[in-house]
Parts: sequence; C-alpha cells; structure tokens
Amino acid sequence: MSQLASIWGELRRGSNTITLFVVVLFAATVLASLSNLLLPESSALHVSTYTITLLGKYLCYAMLALAVDVIWGYCGILSLGHGAFFALGGYAMGMYLMRQIGDRGVYGNPDLPDFMVFLNWDSLPWYWFGMDQFWFAMLMVGLVPGLLALVFGWLAFRSRVTGVYLSIITQALTYALMLAFFRNEMGFGGNNGLTDFKEIAGFDLSADNTRIGLFVITAMVLGVVFVTSQLIMRSRLGRVLVSIRDSEARARFLGYRTDHFKVWLFVYSALIAALAGALYVPQVGIINPGEFSPVNSIEIVVWVAVGGRGTLYGAVVGAILVSYAKTRFTSLVPESWIFMLGALFVFVTIFLPKGLAGLLKRRLQRDDNGDSNGSTETTTGEARA
Amino acid sequence: MRTLLLLICCFVLPMAAAQQAPESPQASSSTNDTALPSLLLELTEANFRRMPSLVTEIEEVGGRTVLPLLTALQDGELYYQPGNRELVVRQESGGGRITVSDVFTGDVMDGIDTESLERVPINNRLRAVLQATIARILLFQGTDAEREQAARTMLSDLDEDNLAVLNEAIANEQVASVADMINVALAMNVLVTDAPQPERLAAVATLHGNLQGPVRNLLRSFLDDLGRNEQDPEVRAAMVSAMASIERKVRFYQLMEQAFYGLSLGSVLLLAAIGLAVTFGVMGVINMAHGEMLMLGAYTTYVVQLLMPEFINYSLWVAIPAAFMVSGLVGMFIQRFVIRYLNGRPLETLLATFGISLILQQAVRTIFSPLNRRVVSPDWMSGAWDINPVLSLTNNRLFILLFSIIVFVILLWILKKTSLGLQVRAVSQNRDMAKAMGIRTDWVDAMTFGLGSGIAGIAGVALSQLTNVGPNLGQDYIIDSFMVVVFGGVGNLWGTLVGAFSLGLANKFMEPMTGAVLAKIITLVFIILFIQVRPKGLFPQKGRAAE
Amino acid sequence: MRNTSFFSRTLLTAAACLFSLGAQAQEPIKVGVLHSLSGTMAISETTLKDTVLMMVEQQNAKGGVLGRPLEAVVVDPASDWPLFAERTRQLLSQDNVDVIFGAWTSVSRKAMLPVLEELNGLLFYPVQYEGEESSKNIFYTGAAPNQQAIPAVDYLMNDLGIERWVLAGTDYVYPRTTNRILEAYLKAQGVADEDIMINYTPFSHSDWQSIVSDISRFGSAGKATAVVSTINGDANVPFYRELGNQGISSLDIPVIAFSVGEEELSGIDARPLVGHMAAWNYFQSVDTDANAEFIAQWHDFIGSTGRVTNDPMEATYIGFNMWVKAVEKAGTTDVDAVEQAMIGIETPNLSGGMAVMNKNHHLSKPVLIGEIQSDGQFQVVWETDGLVPGDAWSDYLEGSKDLISDWTPPIRCGNYNTVTETCSGQTTDF
Repeated sequence: MSQLASIWGELRRGSNTITLFVVVLFAATVLASLSNLLLPESSALHVSTYTITLLGKYLCYAMLALAVDVIWGYCGILSLGHGAFFALGGYAMGMYLMRQIGDRGVYGNPDLPDFMVFLNWDSLPWYWFGMDQFWFAMLMVGLVPGLLALVFGWLAFRSRVTGVYLSIITQALTYALMLAFFRNEMGFGGNNGLTDFKEIAGFDLSADNTRIGLFVITAMVLGVVFVTSQLIMRSRLGRVLVSIRDSEARARFLGYRTDHFKVWLFVYSALIAALAGALYVPQVGIINPGEFSPVNSIEIVVWVAVGGRGTLYGAVVGAILVSYAKTRFTSLVPESWIFMLGALFVFVTIFLPKGLAGLLKRRLQRDDNGDSNGSTETTTGEARA
Repeated sequence: MRTLLLLICCFVLPMAAAQQAPESPQASSSTNDTALPSLLLELTEANFRRMPSLVTEIEEVGGRTVLPLLTALQDGELYYQPGNRELVVRQESGGGRITVSDVFTGDVMDGIDTESLERVPINNRLRAVLQATIARILLFQGTDAEREQAARTMLSDLDEDNLAVLNEAIANEQVASVADMINVALAMNVLVTDAPQPERLAAVATLHGNLQGPVRNLLRSFLDDLGRNEQDPEVRAAMVSAMASIERKVRFYQLMEQAFYGLSLGSVLLLAAIGLAVTFGVMGVINMAHGEMLMLGAYTTYVVQLLMPEFINYSLWVAIPAAFMVSGLVGMFIQRFVIRYLNGRPLETLLATFGISLILQQAVRTIFSPLNRRVVSPDWMSGAWDINPVLSLTNNRLFILLFSIIVFVILLWILKKTSLGLQVRAVSQNRDMAKAMGIRTDWVDAMTFGLGSGIAGIAGVALSQLTNVGPNLGQDYIIDSFMVVVFGGVGNLWGTLVGAFSLGLANKFMEPMTGAVLAKIITLVFIILFIQVRPKGLFPQKGRAAE
Repeated sequence: MRNTSFFSRTLLTAAACLFSLGAQAQEPIKVGVLHSLSGTMAISETTLKDTVLMMVEQQNAKGGVLGRPLEAVVVDPASDWPLFAERTRQLLSQDNVDVIFGAWTSVSRKAMLPVLEELNGLLFYPVQYEGEESSKNIFYTGAAPNQQAIPAVDYLMNDLGIERWVLAGTDYVYPRTTNRILEAYLKAQGVADEDIMINYTPFSHSDWQSIVSDISRFGSAGKATAVVSTINGDANVPFYRELGNQGISSLDIPVIAFSVGEEELSGIDARPLVGHMAAWNYFQSVDTDANAEFIAQWHDFIGSTGRVTNDPMEATYIGFNMWVKAVEKAGTTDVDAVEQAMIGIETPNLSGGMAVMNKNHHLSKPVLIGEIQSDGQFQVVWETDGLVPGDAWSDYLEGSKDLISDWTPPIRCGNYNTVTETCSGQTTDF
C-alpha cells in the first residue's frame, strides 16, 4: 500500500515514468490475456497461446535486463555473469517442477527424476531434498543466487575489484558454473538439463489458463520489481549509488562504505535475476547449462545498452525489442541475424551511448526546451527528485 | 587370431623354405617365378578372409624381394589396372599430383589412366599381418633404426617363426642398439621356456630396468600369483628388483611427461593470451574480438595451404607472416573505426568488440561455410621424439612450445628495444604527457593494436596445428586468454608468461586426480579468488599510471 | 509494431482459409524443417535441412503427395535448446505444419517433446541417439544403441579379439547412456572391471595429451585394447591428431567411433586416422544403385561434387519416404492416422534391403562397420547378417530392462512395463 501511495505521490509531483510504465504493462497484459481467453481463435484479434508464451518469455528477459541495469546503469558495476543468477533461479524452479512429475516419468519411479534412473542413481542427492515443496523451492530460488552474490560481491568489492576486472571475473564465474552444470555427476541432468515438466503447484502446465496465469504473474512481478527499483533509485540510497558510479573514491572520502552499498545492490540485482529465471523456466519448459553461457550474459548487457542504461524503462524496452527482433529475424533471415546483432552492438555503443531512452530524452528535452538541464548522466526521475 | 593364421601358414608351407629364402633372395625368387605372378593376380581379387594367408604365401614364395609390394599395400598405395590386373603403386603428393610406378622396380610409369585404377583393399587384420611380415624382412634389410624397430615389433609376438628370424639376425648384427633389442627378445624367450636357473637369472639381468612394454608385462605376469607365478625364490627376487627399477623409472618419466604436458598447455595459453597482453595489458582495451584474431590466423593458414598445395611442408613459414598481416590489418581497422571513438570507456569497448567478434565469426561462416576446414600438418610437425618407450614428446607440441617462447622474446624485444616500443610504453603510462612530447598517440594506438592482433594471428597459425579450424575457434580460447592476462598482471608481459605456464602446469597436474573439467573449474575458481586477494594479478604494474 | 504484423498475418491466414475452402485439392501440405542453421550445431544440421529440401523438391516433381504439393517451412532454432521448444510451438500452432523433420542433439529433442505431445505434432528424428525414449509423436529413424554400439563391440570382441576396453565419450547423455549399456553388456560377456576404462571430457575438448597417454598406458598391459568412442563433433579432430602424434595407430589401439562420419572427416586430414573405425547404418561408399542415385541427386542439388553424404542423411531419406508412404496409405495428413499407418511401412535403405518401421517407432536397419580411408571415406569391413530392430529401452539397464514400447493396440504405450503390465506416465487416451 505504501508503494501505491508513493506512486500517487510521485504522480502528483509530476513524474510520470512509473505510472506510464505500470499502466502500459497492465493494459498490455490484460488485453493480451483477455483476447486469448475470450475471443474465438478465428477472430483477427485473437492472441494465440504461442504469442502469450512468447510475451511471457520477453517479460522475463525484461526483468533480467532490469537486474543488470540496476547495477550497471546506477552503480557502474558491469556484470558479465548475470546469466548465472538467472540460471540458478531457473534450476531451483526446474528442480521443483521435476519433482512434481512424481511417478508420471517414463520409468514411473516416484522418487527419482528420469535422468537419474537411467544413469543408475540409487537415491536422490541431498541437495534435491525439499525441492518437492513449493515454498522450499521458492526459498531456494532466492537463497542460492542471493548467497552466491553475497559471497562473490563481498569478496570482490571489499578488495576493490572494479571495472573491467570485475567484468572478467563475473564472466569466469558464469563460465565455471556452466562447466560444472554440464557435468553429469553434478546431478542436474548435465547437458540435457531439466525438462518435460507436467504441472506447477497443481496446475497443468500445458493448459492455456496456466500459461496465461504465468504470464500475468510475470507481468505483475515485473511491475513490482520495476516500481521497487525505481523507488530505491529515487531515494537517498539511489543518489549514493549514482555518486559511487560517478566517482567511487570521492564517495568513499565522504564517509560512505561504498563496498557495503555495492554488495547489497549486487545481491538485490541477483535476486531479481533469479526471480526472472524462476518465472522463465515453467513458461519455456526447459532449463539447461546453456543458460550459463557467457554469451548469454553479454546479450543481456546489450539489451540494456540498446534500451538505455540508467533508465529502468529503457532496459525493459531494450530487452523486449531486441528479443522480438531476434525472434523475427532468426525466422526470416537466419544467416544475417548475427551480422545485424553484431552491427547493433557497434552502432549502439558508438552512436547511441545512452541507448533508445537517451534518444527519446533528447527529443523530449528539445520539445520541452528543457525545464531540467541536469547532467546527462542522470535520469529524468533523478534530476527531478 | 593373428598368431593362429600365422601358425596355419607355417603348417601349410614347409619351414625349410622360410629359412632358406632369406639366405638367397634372388635365387628363391627365380625358382618361384611361376608361383608369384599367380599369387599377385589373386591379390587383386581376394576377399578380406583370404588376404592374410595370401600375404604370408607371397612372403614365403617371393622372399625379401616383395618388400616394396608389402609396404605399398600397407600404405594403401597398391593399385591394379582393371584390364590386365597388373599391380602398380599409386602415390599422391600433397598437391594432388599422382604418380604411378612399377611395384618392384619403382620406375615411374607414364600413360596410365590414374582414374581407372582400382585399389587393393586393406583392413586392420591385414595391416597386422603386414606389419609382422615386413618386420621379419626389415630385420635383415632395413636401416639401423628400421632393424631396431623391427626387433621391437617382435617383442610382443615371440612365436617360433619370429624367434628363428631373431636368432639368425643376432649372428650377423653389428650395431649395438639393434643387438640389444634382439637380446631383450631372446632373454624374454628364455624366461618363457623352461631354461635352467642360471640362464634365467642372466635373462632377468638383461631385462633389468628395461622400459619396453612387453618386458614389463612379462615380468608382471611372473610376479602375479594368478599369472605365470615364478616359483624359484632366487629368480623371483631378481625379478622383483628388476621390476622395481622399471617402476621407478616409469614413475619418473611419467612425472616428466606430465610436466611436458603442462608446459605444452601453458604454451598454448601463452600464445592465445600474449596478443591480448598487448592490447589489454598495455593499451587497456578490452578486445572481445581477440579470439577472432586467432581464428583469422588459423583461416589464413588454411588459405595459404590451398594456394600452395605442392609445398605443404613450407606452408607454415608463409602462413606466419601472412597471418600476422591479416590479423594485424583487421586489428588496425577495428582500432581506427571503432575503438578510437570509445577511448577511455573500456566497458563500451568491450561491448563493441563483442559485436565485432560476432560479425567476424559470421563472416567466416558465410565465406568458408560453418564446417571445419582441413589444415594439414607438415611432415616435420607430425610424429614424436621417442626418448624411451615410456616418454615421447610429440613434435607438434615441442615446436609450439619453442615457437611460443620465440614469439614472446620477439615481442619483449619490440617493446623494450625499438622506438615503437618506447612510444607504446610512453603512451600507456601517461597519454597526455606522451602527446605533449610529440608522440603521435593516434598512430601509436593503431600500431599497438595491430601488433597485438597480428601476434594473435600468428598464434592462430600454431593453434591450427592442434585443434579445429572453424568459426568457433576463437570462442574456445577467449576466456582462458583473459584469465591468463588478469592472473599474470595487466601490463606485464612476464606476468603473462608466468601466468600461462603456471596455469598450464597446475591444470595438468590436477587432471589425473580430478579429470579435465574439474581441473578447469578449480583453476577458474582459484583465479576468481586470487583476483579478490590481489586485484592486480601476480605482477602488478607499479606507479600511479596503473591506477 | 508487434500488433500490426500480427494483425496482418492473422488476416492473411484468414484469407488463406477462405481461399482454401474453394481449392482444397491444391492446398499444399506443409513440411516443417527444424534444424539449426546458426550456432554451434549448424555444422551438422544445415546438411539435413538441405536434404529435406531436396526430398521435398523431388516429391513435388513426382506430383506431390495425395495430389497436393509439398511446401517446406524452414525455421532456425539457432542451436539454442529453449528455442527448439518455441519454434516447435510456432510450427505447429502458427504455421500449422503437418509434419516436422528436425533436431540433432538429444537435448533439442527433449525440449521439443512436451510441445509435440501437447499439440499432437509429428516429428521425424534422424540421428543416432541413446534410446530410453519412445513418444507417440516421434519416429526415430537414427540408430538406437543396439543398432550401433552393441554390434560394434561384438565385432571388436569376436573378430579382433579385443579384451580391454576404453569407453571414451563427451560428457552428455548419449555417451553416458551408451557407455552404461556397453559396460553392462561387457560385464555380462565376462570382461573384468579392471579391463574397462571410462573417461568423459567436456564438449569441444581440445587438450587430449594426458588422456591419450592414459589410454596408451592402459593399452600396454599386454591385452588387445580398443577405444569405443562416443566423443562428439569438434573434440574428435584434436583427439585423433593426438593419437597420431603419440604414435598410436589403428594396429596398436583401434578406435571405433559412433559420432564420426563422412561429414566430420571432410573437415580434417584423415591420413593419421586410417584404419580406425566407425559403426553406422550407412556409409557413402556403400555400393548400391540406390546410393549411387542418391549421391548423384545430392551433388546435383547442392551444386558441388565435393559434398559427402552421411548416416543422418540416409535416416532423413528413409524417414521422409516412409512418411510419404504412410500419408498415402492413410489418405490424410492427420497425425493420428499417419502415426498408425507408419507402423509396418517399408522403404528401401540406401545401403541395400528394406527398412521397416516397428511398433516402437524405431527402425529395423542393417549395421555396418567401416574403416577410415585416407580420403575420408569408409571401407565396409563387416556388416550384420540381417536387419537389426531398434530397441527403444535397453535390456542392459536396470531401470529399463522391463520396459517395452508398442504403439499398436491394445498396449499403445511408449513405456510399457512387462512385469507390472502398466504404462507409467504418458497415459495417452484415444
């Protein structure tokens, strides 16, 4: 409720980013869901379940992009390993879904997932215990990536590993995890990962209603995460973070324990990524070590760069646009898609350092004739807060 | 199975012929002038079941003169003309040039339609028979090395036939190394037969410390309760001590071998990372397209080999400068048109160069197809340097180890002793000051980047000899390269050298215990933790400029 | 942006529907092609896409199927496993294809499987795989382990007298399962524990020094030793190179591979590999009229005589021909009807004889063993006497020895337990 109140507060103060975002997201979700449920399939406006699932996936990506933007756009920490947190969240969810299959697997073994049966495991490894409980699995979705981020962040930021060094070791982290999860001895299904899920919390995963439900939940979670992040960034805390981004040494000299700020922000960001992963898996239907691959993590950064870092809506828009383009162009012109993606990287970094959001802002400022001429480094919201 | 066949042949053909044949090869071949042609004719139509016995018959009848025929058959170069079924040797040089020659005289035959020739088929069982047969002939006719090799081949197959040949050979053998090998074989035979104790003791003494695999296996079986289980305590004690000395040596050489593997992996890492040490270490530019520079170097090797198929053995010497130019120019191009505009923004550079790496990969896929390309190893790079039966260092790894050190030294020299190097160091330490002193920083940046990329191209030539040449080549090495540079300390070439070799050694010494993947994971985790403790790597750059 | 394109596409579909009412006979039958055209698997899969396109072209030249032309719908899952699921859904629910030819890796098939079952699609899977699966919606035209691995081991044991075994593979499900089956099989044949060495390496492993020297040490114990290799794709070149350089020839320790075919060999210098072996159901060098014709057509279609053919191409060829026959037999492209019509269909193999589709959705095919020649082709040195029926569930694994697959009434189950007489999991009602 307090969030709602603050939204209204923000609205009264003339800021419209949050409201606009939430309204658009809400409207799109409701429209898409309703047209899938109510309109007959023959109708021209009918949104197919395929499209709904696709949209759900994009929203998960958007959440992931948001997670990266929170640390990169606002605190200057460029993580090239955020895919790791996403995948860990996904694996926790995948393990729960795997246990939900129960004795409906092809071997009919009530205790062991299929891949363990045919690799001759005789019992469930200890880290699978409890994963058949929804609440426990959800706890793990947050706990495992959160702890990893805490330990990693604490070690890294305490010894002031910054800039490109941090980027490289985050990349090494996700790479090491990928190698580890590829190993069949790990007990996570190796290269095949986890798949063939049946139901989530009692709902049949192949039913249209469940798919819509998951889509709506994803949209709601994205909305909540967006609002929370926006509020954090506008608070005093947010301004400290921006000061760390712009000059960490100066912030430190002013008496801020910059490492603490960074660690907690890193954990927060990892949690968002993990949540996105957990929502992604039931909609896509498979999780495997490929999600850990360093290239995936770099792609997330590109979404943010395209959308415009330092603006949360930019990250969301960037993720959705690039993912949509990928879906379209890999169908239309599979051979040239990689060329286009590569060119996009180069183009955006050289000509659009602030991304699409920066472009939009410049246009708006030109129209408004600039009531706020704040530094180009800050977002609209911050400049006015 | 193999011995069985041999035994059958021995049974069919009188032993006398086999023993007489070697003494007067010319005479025996003339007496059998009528038998040989029909056997040769049969060679063109026999099936795999018939072939092994046929080869033995040919040896019996033709004696040692059939050696060229047998070697051609073993190398898969024996063909026949479909019309008159006459056997010829068809050889293909690296460039696809085909020569046809007479089987026995070796004279080149002109005017034969090479396309119509049919190959005499060969399979593994036949190869085994051929190997044994050829060894029996080479024991008398071969060079020193060939005779030694022939005797070694017989160690694992001491049947009556071979023993007779060995006994005959030892009588006339002048070269010590060959005689030693034959004596080892004979000593092994003494142990197997029921010889009196002193002879057995003498035989064990001959075998003391011998590293040949069959010797070890034989001794092991004597010491095994379920095996031959030596009863005589004195002989047994001698065997235990002989075995112990062998085991000691084997362990030592295995350690050496592991160290070599580690150094070899280190040299690959060094080659992959050294170009990055220049662009990232000296210039501070994160070049995610570095892996693709390696890839371009490897593809240059492929193109060079396509252009000079006749001279594969020299292709690498052309490929090295060519790869340096190609990768260097592409690098300079990237620097001038992309990286220059991102000066001082390392994270953006990272993204832009990643985009470039995608483009380069896809370009290679479009131009050369997504399939791996065939890069041939020159003859001098294949094979191994056999130090002893348990330790042999493969030539390609040795050359690459050497090569990586040479490249390192040259790079060090460029940076320390040339004016370009001086300017590069000046710019990397204080760009503005260097500019003020009249250094064209723009030009230096481009040259440095070109140098780093060019060196990566050279590394690509080396990698083409070890691994696949395909669009993903660069991706496989990029993370490792970054790890090496960061671990060694950015901006310090010596750090890169030490980093590469220590990571290589650590990996290889861990591998027997943990397996390849876990060793790699442990190394990665170690580096991650190490960076937390020493964020600037093993050899941090000193001074304010490094901040 | 999204809405407009979506809107227009829906309009088009609607228009197409209206149109089709009047012109039922001309409406094309849609054939989905789901092979990676980009990413790591493009190396292998692009060829199969071209094979399907060639088959479609030929079938159209013959007048199509049921008097209707075939139309190929090609999409690219980009070697990204979740995309395989997404693209399957797209093919089945947006493009409304009648059949899909696609997938290469096991994981891509596993990703597609739930979608295929949910939307009742039909997939022809053309690659040798680990077995332990039988879906109503999938036909497996590649080899199951008993059609490749077990005959290969029999050959090594009986014909070459191998007593010591190295099972080397890439660490993923196909090698893991195959090696499990082989290990159980070898032990059943009386091979001792210490005579089996198992080794797994990651994908595209390039540094084989230590492993090859381990193998050579393992092989120097005085017993004939062979390597059974399930090493995948990229890792093979450095592996064979290292073998060659360390002086291990096919005489010392022969290697028999299940994932090395003509296509893989075309990218490497095959001379050091001469004499090593591979087990497949097809080799390009097989001397039959059908094969000669197929190779000529392929060279013609692809526009290069340098391109090779391989086993998965033959599996695609068989699968496609069987599907055509089944559709003609059923008189419709309806999945359920075609699925029932498929069982018992016979079409010619390229390697001679007829392939038969069995009740378990696997084929009966001959098994060949070939030795690698210096030109990258294989010389067939051994072949099974008759056809070997593919076994979906291995008899040598603890979990699956009681399971069978039978898609004909009254069982109609992919994993029927013969002991408890139940069909667990996939209860599909008809």
